Amino acid sequence: MIAVNDFNFEIPDGKLIGLLGPSGCGKSTTLNLISGLQKPTSGQIFFGEDDVTNLPPENRGIGLVFQNYALYPHLTVRQNILFPLENLKGKDKLSKTVMLEKAQAAAGLVQIEELMDRRPGELSGGQQQRVAIARALVKMPKVLLLDEPLSNLDARLRLQTREEIRRIQRETGITTIFVTHDQEEAMSISDMIVVMNAGVVQQIGRPQDVYDDPKNLFVAKFLGTPPINVFDGQIKGGKLFLGEDKVMDVAGTGDRVVHVGIRPEGFRLKEDGPLCCELCGVEVMGRDVSVIFTHQACPNAKVRAIMGTEYKVDTWKGIVRFSLIPRKVFLFDRETGERIYFEEGGQ
Amino acid sequence: MKRKGWLYLLPALLFLGVFMVYPLIDVFVYSFEEGYNSASQTYFGTGLYNYSYVLHDPYFLQAVKNTLILVAITVPVSTGIALLISAGLNAIKPFRNLFQTIYFLPYVTNTLAVGLVFMILFQKTAYSEGLINLLITCFGGSPVDFIDGPYWAKMFVLCFYTIWVVMPFKILILTSALASVNQDYYNAAKVDGTSKFRTFMRITLPMISPMIFYLIITGFIGAFKAYSDVVALFGTNLNAAGMNTIVGYVYDMLYGDSGGYPSYASAAAILLFFIVLTITCINLLVSKKKP
Repeated sequence: MIAVNDFNFEIPDGKLIGLLGPSGCGKSTTLNLISGLQKPTSGQIFFGEDDVTNLPPENRGIGLVFQNYALYPHLTVRQNILFPLENLKGKDKLSKTVMLEKAQAAAGLVQIEELMDRRPGELSGGQQQRVAIARALVKMPKVLLLDEPLSNLDARLRLQTREEIRRIQRETGITTIFVTHDQEEAMSISDMIVVMNAGVVQQIGRPQDVYDDPKNLFVAKFLGTPPINVFDGQIKGGKLFLGEDKVMDVAGTGDRVVHVGIRPEGFRLKEDGPLCCELCGVEVMGRDVSVIFTHQACPNAKVRAIMGTEYKVDTWKGIVRFSLIPRKVFLFDRETGERIYFEEGGQ
Repeated sequence: MKRKGWLYLLPALLFLGVFMVYPLIDVFVYSFEEGYNSASQTYFGTGLYNYSYVLHDPYFLQAVKNTLILVAITVPVSTGIALLISAGLNAIKPFRNLFQTIYFLPYVTNTLAVGLVFMILFQKTAYSEGLINLLITCFGGSPVDFIDGPYWAKMFVLCFYTIWVVMPFKILILTSALASVNQDYYNAAKVDGTSKFRTFMRITLPMISPMIFYLIITGFIGAFKAYSDVVALFGTNLNAAGMNTIVGYVYDMLYGDSGGYPSYASAAAILLFFIVLTITCINLLVSKKKP
């Protein structure tokens, strides 16, 4: 079985990288390959200039935080953090005082100094994770790997912890790779995200760039909440048709059938707009308004548009009309899902 | 509702009361009644004479010594070997189930069959010296009579037999305990470059320590109650063979050739009870203290 295939990418030094993809797409396998817990069947892994492909985990200079933290339950927090240091042998061997200092420093970094004498079972999930991070950081690794670091925390703690991870990464400057299936999590704190699907890298880039310029339908669908709306469209004579509606001028694509992805913020309410839709409802969020509607080119799903509160939607008409913001509209090949680029025409 | 619960418990309680609690109290009472005769149901008086007699009886002291040696050797050795075998079983992937079955076979094998095997291994017959003696002579040693010979040889056979008989259960418990340790702990240790030995000592052992303590406590109790194994190896005249155990002594006092002394038997049984109680309490205290 191939879990991860043809995985080529370069991770810039000192950055926070989010490895993002749906469950079972090979994120954890990738992490295990980097950590050395698994060996690649082919290919090489470099840290800087060093080929680490055949190095055992302990010689790679990595710290790994497990999804369930894997703290040793019979050891205190201090003993847990000391554990990696006590393994050092030969010339790397440290004296007891130096080890304790280092453990204290790592604990200070994640702010758990007052918990040092407790056992993991007496700590909350968030505290346990800090201990796990401290244990991974105590040897000052070159690369810090986090496997689904936020998945075991409740929603409020998740927000707080992701800021915390960001802060720790900034303070230490350690190249950090974290795995997640939650795109919001990845987008919010990463310097760079790597989107994976079915063991294959789909796109790599700064979160905003990937969001604004997805390479294929999968990436477009995977990023963004609420998700992108996908229509069946057709291009005829440089015009994009959604069902009967001629919505946009697109040049340079030739006549073909396409998937049309439109971000929720890509709709603009307009009296005589070209996209004519049946209104289902309006959700007022306070900060903005969601307009929910159906359209013939998108038969199975409801479409959601988000717009500022300054727009007034007349619900009694049962029909809304939109114009589209071209840079929020993406065209994809019906077969391959690859992005089709077009030249924006006037409206 | 509460009364209903008691009703459900009643059958079990009744039987436990009649066959466990009452005899226990009875034994305790007998142990203080001097010269109790079960036929005439009479005794001379009450006091500590029974205990004094038993404690001065060289056969009892020999039995205590035998039992203590048996306990001190077989419990740690069998637990240790079982731990090694379990760790080995856990480390191999192919044939694991096959080996597990093989190691478990003695547990389901008839005691008599096991005894027969030991006869072949150790007993001198008209035709051969026994397999072990054959091996010893092969390597240039002189044959030893394991069944009627010197004390250490008989003790060796007894310990060997006991260890072999109690091992399968321990392996069964320990392999499942080892298998239940989350793989992530080992991965975490591996990432930190922990040596195999250190991983075992610092992670595996503490993780399965509750099971180890369980095995040690039950092992102690089981070994203190040893009797049938000794009979299987050395016959019923254990005092003469110098291989009696405390339970054997109790039995002999009741039914043996020199038997018919329920008072002495009761005193010995109560003494055994307190020895086991003390050891178990110490065990529990030690296991509590360890995190």
